[in-house]
Amino acid sequence: MSDMRQLYQEVILDHNRKPRNYGAILGANRHAEGHNPLCGDHLKLSMNVQGDKIETIAFEGDSCAICKASASMMTGAVKGKSVSDADMLVEEFRGMATGTLDPEHQETHLGKLKVFSGVKDLPSRVKCAILPWHTLHAALHSEFSVTTEDQADSFSGGE
Amino acid sequence: MNSVPTHIERIRADFPILKLQVSGKPLVYLDNAASSQMPQPVIDRIVRYQSAEHANIHRAVHYLSELATREYEAARIKVQHFLNAKESREIIFTRGTTEAINLVMHGYGRALIGHGDEIIISALEHHANIVPWQMLAQEKGAVLRVIPMNDAGELLIDEFEALFNAKTKFLALTHVSNALGTVNPVKEMTAFAHKYGVPVLLDGAQAAPHQSLDMQDMDCDFYAFSGHKLCGPTGIGVLYGKAKMLEKMQPFMGGGDMILSVTFEKTEYNVIPYKFEAGTPPIMAAIALGAAIDYLNGIGIAHIEAYEKTLLDYATEKVAALNGVRILGTAKKKAAVLSFEIKGVHPHDVGTILNAEGIAIRTGHHCAQPVMKRLNVPATARASFAFYNTKDEIDKLVDGIRKVQEMFS
Ligand SMILES: Cc1ncc(COP(=O)(O)O)c(C=O)c1O
Repeated sequence: MSDMRQLYQEVILDHNRKPRNYGAILGANRHAEGHNPLCGDHLKLSMNVQGDKIETIAFEGDSCAICKASASMMTGAVKGKSVSDADMLVEEFRGMATGTLDPEHQETHLGKLKVFSGVKDLPSRVKCAILPWHTLHAALHSEFSVTTEDQADSFSGGE
Repeated sequence: MNSVPTHIERIRADFPILKLQVSGKPLVYLDNAASSQMPQPVIDRIVRYQSAEHANIHRAVHYLSELATREYEAARIKVQHFLNAKESREIIFTRGTTEAINLVMHGYGRALIGHGDEIIISALEHHANIVPWQMLAQEKGAVLRVIPMNDAGELLIDEFEALFNAKTKFLALTHVSNALGTVNPVKEMTAFAHKYGVPVLLDGAQAAPHQSLDMQDMDCDFYAFSGHKLCGPTGIGVLYGKAKMLEKMQPFMGGGDMILSVTFEKTEYNVIPYKFEAGTPPIMAAIALGAAIDYLNGIGIAHIEAYEKTLLDYATEKVAALNGVRILGTAKKKAAVLSFEIKGVHPHDVGTILNAEGIAIRTGHHCAQPVMKRLNVPATARASFAFYNTKDEIDKLVDGIRKVQEMFS
């Protein structure tokens, strides 16, 4: 991808500048942390899940624009949803980012999240977009910390 | 009529990869600290070796084996001269800097560093010169002491000197910082350590490509570097060690070539350097490293050093003049590395947007997380230069930074 405006769309830049649901929830009953060792992205997610419903969700951390915007839009997308609906979004987002799901031609529930479809052409950035979703999955299914290194789509670099 | 190519044009013409287009733009390769590119003479040397010279070494009496052995040993002598080491048996081929440091950790450290002993490293180290010593400290109950640095990225020499005591058993120090470009006063620091009888290993991964080296003058006990940062191939590196140090060390790996005789009761080890080169070594890569050294000598190390200084000064001036950009690492003595931060933009985004301009830089923690922590940044963007880069490429970098700022404004 050579046109960076396709990736860094205004929506993404806006969520990067003014992340929604940013911070920590006091008395949250679900937590998880995510790391991306390649670029140092670090994310903390806290949620209140009542019964099957995600009542509140917030995130904080240090990360690149792609990761931060993805986290910000994710919190908006899953707040008030059921755990199974959130799981479905995790799967769909992962599919879109890794290129196994084409939201332009396949039925999905991704809606506005489709702005992230461009990352599939940038292997080194796929993880940035997916990290919040892995972290959400971990928080919902009570694993405390995830790192993008554990994932099959891992893309790592040393020096 | 074509004009006569300039010196730099002739140098660039030696590097086929520099003709690449990336994202539809001419490649601007500014990630030389991670790995440098390979000139045609080195590529040709690899082809020649594989086409007409290859066999296993040190083993057979046939023509090819003797030829390959001779070329492999000739490469060792090229490295010896490159480092101005006293003897060629002080040169051990390894897989890279990382393996060279691990060799010293195992061969020297595990035999000669014990419970309560202290190992000094610095705040500027690459993980390759932290983790092995941490592993050793854990295994032996030894203690790791760290030389602190100031905000400019310079080691605090008074504090360094204050770390020494009777328990100090080793100093492992980077010559040039890969994250910030700081050139440490390693000769003076080595001399100080020696006053306490403390042996010194220098991580030369980022120094060897940029300046002339003289082991006898520097007087360090060990020096490590990687071929792939020196216009050579991956899979080859060098550990220099003073003969008297190498001789008292234990082998690192066991196997063929490192032995004189083997029975099931006892193995007699080979002499240095072979004691440390178990198994079939990367013969082709070692020979190619020799060719890379020839190539660099042909350009002239002094020329490389002087030219790269003009590049770094130019880049520093241009980038420092940009609003909202901060240079990380402002040591008085620096080599070929410019780490920076664009206000409000994560380095990873900087890297992606520059890539769309054909510009290759490194973003992240540069395998130096303690440096990032000390400077209070999660990561940096780093442009690193080689003698084949140009001021024009630096102008492109500066334009690219402006584009990033526009996009994120
Ligand atoms: C200062 C320093 N030390 C060690 C290394 C490790 O080198 P290698 O990966 O070639 O073993 C590097 C590579 O970036 C480095 O910059």
